[in-house]
Amino acid sequence: MRILRAIFTHPSGRIGGTIVGLYLVVAILGALGFTPHDPLMQFRIDRLQAPDAVHWMGTDLFGRDVASRLMVGISQSFVVAFASVALAASAGVVLGLAAAWSGKGWDGLIMRIMDVLLAFPAILLALLIIAVVGPGTWTSVMAIAIVYTPIFTRVVRGPALSLKTRDFVDAARTFGSSRYYILTRHLMLNLVAPLTVQVTLALAWALLTEAGLSFLGLGTQPPASSLGLMLSDSRNLMEMAPWLLVFPGLAIMIGILGFNLLGDALRDILDPKTRRVAA
Amino acid sequence: MNYLTRRLVTFPLVMLGVSVLVFISIRLVPGDAITAMLGTEAGLLTPEQRAALEAYFGIDQSWPVQYGRWLLGALKGDLGISVTFGKPVLDVILERFPLTLELALLSMAIALLIGLPAGVFAATRNEKPSDLGVRIFAMIGQSTPNFVVGLLLIYILSVGFGVLPVMGAFTPLFQDPLENLGQLILPALTLGFAFAASVTRIARSAMLDVLSEDYVRTARSKGAPAMSVLWRHALPNALIPVVTLSGVEFGYLLGGAVIVEQIFALPGLGRMVLDAILQRDYALVQGSVLFIALNFMIVNLLVDLAYAMLDPRIRLGDR
Repeated sequence: MRILRAIFTHPSGRIGGTIVGLYLVVAILGALGFTPHDPLMQFRIDRLQAPDAVHWMGTDLFGRDVASRLMVGISQSFVVAFASVALAASAGVVLGLAAAWSGKGWDGLIMRIMDVLLAFPAILLALLIIAVVGPGTWTSVMAIAIVYTPIFTRVVRGPALSLKTRDFVDAARTFGSSRYYILTRHLMLNLVAPLTVQVTLALAWALLTEAGLSFLGLGTQPPASSLGLMLSDSRNLMEMAPWLLVFPGLAIMIGILGFNLLGDALRDILDPKTRRVAA
Repeated sequence: MNYLTRRLVTFPLVMLGVSVLVFISIRLVPGDAITAMLGTEAGLLTPEQRAALEAYFGIDQSWPVQYGRWLLGALKGDLGISVTFGKPVLDVILERFPLTLELALLSMAIALLIGLPAGVFAATRNEKPSDLGVRIFAMIGQSTPNFVVGLLLIYILSVGFGVLPVMGAFTPLFQDPLENLGQLILPALTLGFAFAASVTRIARSAMLDVLSEDYVRTARSKGAPAMSVLWRHALPNALIPVVTLSGVEFGYLLGGAVIVEQIFALPGLGRMVLDAILQRDYALVQGSVLFIALNFMIVNLLVDLAYAMLDPRIRLGDR
């Protein structure tokens, strides 16, 4: 509760938190099917209909309701973003703690593998993974997770290395605490702050990457809806039907903005040293 | 071992790791390489023809032998033959690289020209409305995907001004500089937008840090003119993080701006990789991914070297 109060007293946190909260509601409604219309229903008479009282955001080339597709698209993007960041964070925590705790040999091996993954520009690594597995929603999840695992590993390993040498860890060892207990209770709890910030910012990147992959036709496949896919479809029609570009474009931008603002606010709240840098 | 020596020592090791990863990834693709190359026509091959083709491409050997051959070839600049283009992979890459390089340089120039003054301006007006305005611009810039910016630019130009942007063509810079600029300015603006936003944010925060340092206060108290304090004392030190950020972003851009090249139909490196993946031209995917990763790593290494030159604490310290 204290952290929620802190977020809502921080100017960026208030705006970011509200945006993320609203998007979560829309995503859940979209996933549960509470949309104004069936997102796959083709209203053939209303093809490329401008926004009106029936179709709030207009219709696309097939007469499908843009608002409904947008809601389902947001929920799709959120599923990919949350699943990939959850995977990347879990893998990063395990690898980062293993590297920090095991020392020399394992540390060197794990971190060199992470260096190899970091040697690729993010989108290229994602493309390479998709080339191997084939396009699709879950491939996007896996690709984004692999791309961001090294970042989480680094975020965890650095502080874990310094925490390992602290007196309270020595004390726990002296009292006979198991390795598992020390790792999960003493190290993990102290890593919650940097991880929370990283997770929030990674969600913004994941949304961006998912939209980018879908835009290229390598993420979510039609007829399913995704924000990137909707934008890609708008390319040849934007002069005739600008709403096909404007609404998904704004939806992606505002969503990413929300996570970025929230991430910045969390960084300020949880790590006051970086306050001015984050601003 | 200090940080820089360690970076230089691990560079070839990481590159070797990259080559192994690329090699294995391509071999994990379902289906055999001959079918991938010939598509449905592979079904017409007799077993003898298939065996002959496998021997020709060297894929009848074990993976370690194939890897050794490929790596030796790569070291000599032989990355194989592209099935789509019917010529050496390196030639195809080098044909596309000038565009990608120019686009990256142009985007960086735009980002620095907008971002640096904006960041410095905001820092000097900390917490005032104009600072808030710059910060909002930077936050929106960082949150807008470049494909949204690109599409909006096309829309504004075509609907608002009735001008259709030049797409799909590329004239080399030295052949016709003006035409070349006309072709690249929109994609560069698209890429430069988010890049400028990042530069603005980092320049602002670095300037704020530097402006609160003792030596700046000393310069002010000695009566140095405000502009001199800003440009001579503060800015050079605030540039360190800007150099790092610009270098890293430049490295990313050298890998090809896949999406922006796709939107503007530019024949660059990023779009080539995407097409190679879609057309299953694995020699080209393998070669170009290796080439891009190498570029990316070299740029990052150079950034580290530049950073160490600008900040002796890193050169001497153990990071």
